[in-house]
Amino acid sequence: MIGVLAPLPVLLPLLGAAAALLVGRHAKLQRALSILVLAAIVAVSVALLLIADANGAAAVAVGDWPVPVAIMLVVDRLSALMLIVASTVGLGVLVFAVGQGAADGDENTPLSIFHPTFLVLIAGVSYAFLAGDLFNLYVGFEVLLTSSYVLLTMGGSAPRIRAGITYVVVSLLSSLLFLASIGLVYAATGTVNLAQLAGRLGDLPDGTQLLLHSLLLIAFSIKAAVFPLSAWLPDSYPTAPAPVTAVFAGLLTKVGVYAIIRTQTLLFPDGALDDVLMWAALATMLIGILGAVAQSDIRRLLSFTLVSHIGYMVFGIALGSAAGLAGAIFYVVHHIAIQTTLFLVAGLIERRGGTMAVDRLGGLATASPLLAVLFFVPAMNLAGIPPFSGFIGKVGLLGAGVADGGWGAYVLVGGAVVTSLLTLVAMSRVWTRAFWRPPAQAPAADSAAAAARDAGPDDGPDEAPPGTDEPDDAVDEHAGGATSTLAARRTGRRGAWARHVAVATEAPEGGEGRPSGGAEDRAPSLQPLPGVMTAATAVMVALTVGLTVIAGPLYGMTDRAAGDLLDRTPYIEAVYGEEAGR
Amino acid sequence: MTPTIVLPVVIGGLYAAGVYLLLDRSLTRVILGFLLLGNATNLLLLSASGPSALAPIFGYAEAEEMSDPLPQALVLTAIVITFGVTAFLLAMVQRSWQLVRQEVIEVDEEDRRVATREGMDADDMDPDDLPTEDRPAGKGNTLHSDVDVEERLAQRYEGIPSDDIALPPTGGGRS
Repeated sequence: MIGVLAPLPVLLPLLGAAAALLVGRHAKLQRALSILVLAAIVAVSVALLLIADANGAAAVAVGDWPVPVAIMLVVDRLSALMLIVASTVGLGVLVFAVGQGAADGDENTPLSIFHPTFLVLIAGVSYAFLAGDLFNLYVGFEVLLTSSYVLLTMGGSAPRIRAGITYVVVSLLSSLLFLASIGLVYAATGTVNLAQLAGRLGDLPDGTQLLLHSLLLIAFSIKAAVFPLSAWLPDSYPTAPAPVTAVFAGLLTKVGVYAIIRTQTLLFPDGALDDVLMWAALATMLIGILGAVAQSDIRRLLSFTLVSHIGYMVFGIALGSAAGLAGAIFYVVHHIAIQTTLFLVAGLIERRGGTMAVDRLGGLATASPLLAVLFFVPAMNLAGIPPFSGFIGKVGLLGAGVADGGWGAYVLVGGAVVTSLLTLVAMSRVWTRAFWRPPAQAPAADSAAAAARDAGPDDGPDEAPPGTDEPDDAVDEHAGGATSTLAARRTGRRGAWARHVAVATEAPEGGEGRPSGGAEDRAPSLQPLPGVMTAATAVMVALTVGLTVIAGPLYGMTDRAAGDLLDRTPYIEAVYGEEAGR
Repeated sequence: MTPTIVLPVVIGGLYAAGVYLLLDRSLTRVILGFLLLGNATNLLLLSASGPSALAPIFGYAEAEEMSDPLPQALVLTAIVITFGVTAFLLAMVQRSWQLVRQEVIEVDEEDRRVATREGMDADDMDPDDLPTEDRPAGKGNTLHSDVDVEERLAQRYEGIPSDDIALPPTGGGRS
């Protein structure tokens, strides 16, 4: 049974990608196909988790080669759990992307590569979770990274290319490091099979072990964005389209975290670098969240919180205890769901408010209460407010830290609490500025009103156009003119501005709570929220809340997964005694 | 069947040169550096198979005399991946050249903006005192000067007299 099921999370999306390319001209068919494929993967992953939880880890030798030679796919509780979360999140994001495409009228554009690339990305993620040897882990990484390069630079606009080059070069470097460490591991042990390595690495001299261990950890830490190897992330993620950023934020770094978990438990269980990891976790948490507090662009802010909260997972891993690992795995599950959801909500905010800058947004809570709820719930969840899953995960980690008892662990517990608090600060800044304050207090509206006052009573009311589009256009150009510092130009500009304001303040408000101070927004600022996108986001928010509901069984599961990981024998036996797994 | 010093020296040299080039701002050099690093890594993988021996072809040599075939298989995969990604990177550099007529790694503007900004309280900010990118009118494109705006407005509201008036100094109308 597992022999059939285990390859499916990799095979299905790859075949689906091929099929989606073939039907690239039929947008509806392509969309239906990719959603169907992802739904199938979710179903398969659920089955895999049920089997893995009931029967323990199982391994499949691809092509029926004898065991140490074959390419192994290993399903244990951890990888099955990761698969479920990844595919569910992928499905949610895909539906969101479909909704966005429909809302933007993309139906007939030749952009048929999004769905195939997305499916390949999911295949790579699944492969990385299932791979039973280092080299296939590398291949899985490469598959997901290569498709992520395409997704990140899709459209080829200047900011995306700029961000894309940084991202690609950094990812390539980490891949090369990983490849080099695979070469060294093979030279030292004569195998790349994880189960075999688990037996052989321990026999190596300490110095060699330390070298291999740190090389692998550095390679994975770049992918997981652990400080000081995290600087690339907030630079590159925010430029991509909303669904792409969402899936990147949710999945890509967590694959790195998954690889770190495997390295720390299966390959090098004696925890030689736990102390280093611990301090890295502390730095990741604090520096990441301080970065987030300084940002004014919602997506960048979220990217920094993403970096920061990677620190929690690394903290749990570095503790090395069962409780710490269980907390880390729970946190990974929670964080994949929550970060993806938040980025999707950010996409909605951008559509609704026309900008990502919190300083320019205002009054969204009255303009769109639904959006406000959709943002508020995951934001509080991220900050770790009870009763959400973020709270449960953090309590688990803090408990594990206290149980550890070392002074280092206590420092980290303190750091984790501070980080949580600062997350709340960052999130409430977004909340108060973009949602809660009356729109008139947004500086844009403020200055517009001031400009209107400056201009004095003029003929504005007479020239009020029927639509709201025109002021938008004009003000965009006005911003372009703002580069001039010449006094004459400034006077002219102010005149133009005053006129826009006069026009805009008289324009019909389109049913929005937000007056025309928002005229500086781009044209879609007054668009209603597209139904499919909102629905997909709402379902994701419901799922993150649902994590609280199923927290008990889920935590039990992560406990068992952590037990398996520390025990190591289930994984190794699954590979060697693979007949039992069939 | 003796180990050779040549491979480690070559690998080390390639790594050194590759890292040096990778640290450059010019994208062409970055690509060259990446190619050198990729080749260094491939050689490293290859050297993991131990001292040189006969080609691992079934029937060509005895199993004991063959070199280890696995690293060679790994290297082949790695070469293919490196090749594909390099092509993609080249395409991106070409695109960057098309767009901005330069092939250096650009500054992240938002990053600089956050680093240099001072007043965070929106209510205290005067739009005209802010750097251009921070002005609430949004980061529009910078291709149009405000002269264009005036012209466009004049076209759009044809027949309506312009309300261009001399304004009091900046901030005069604000409390």
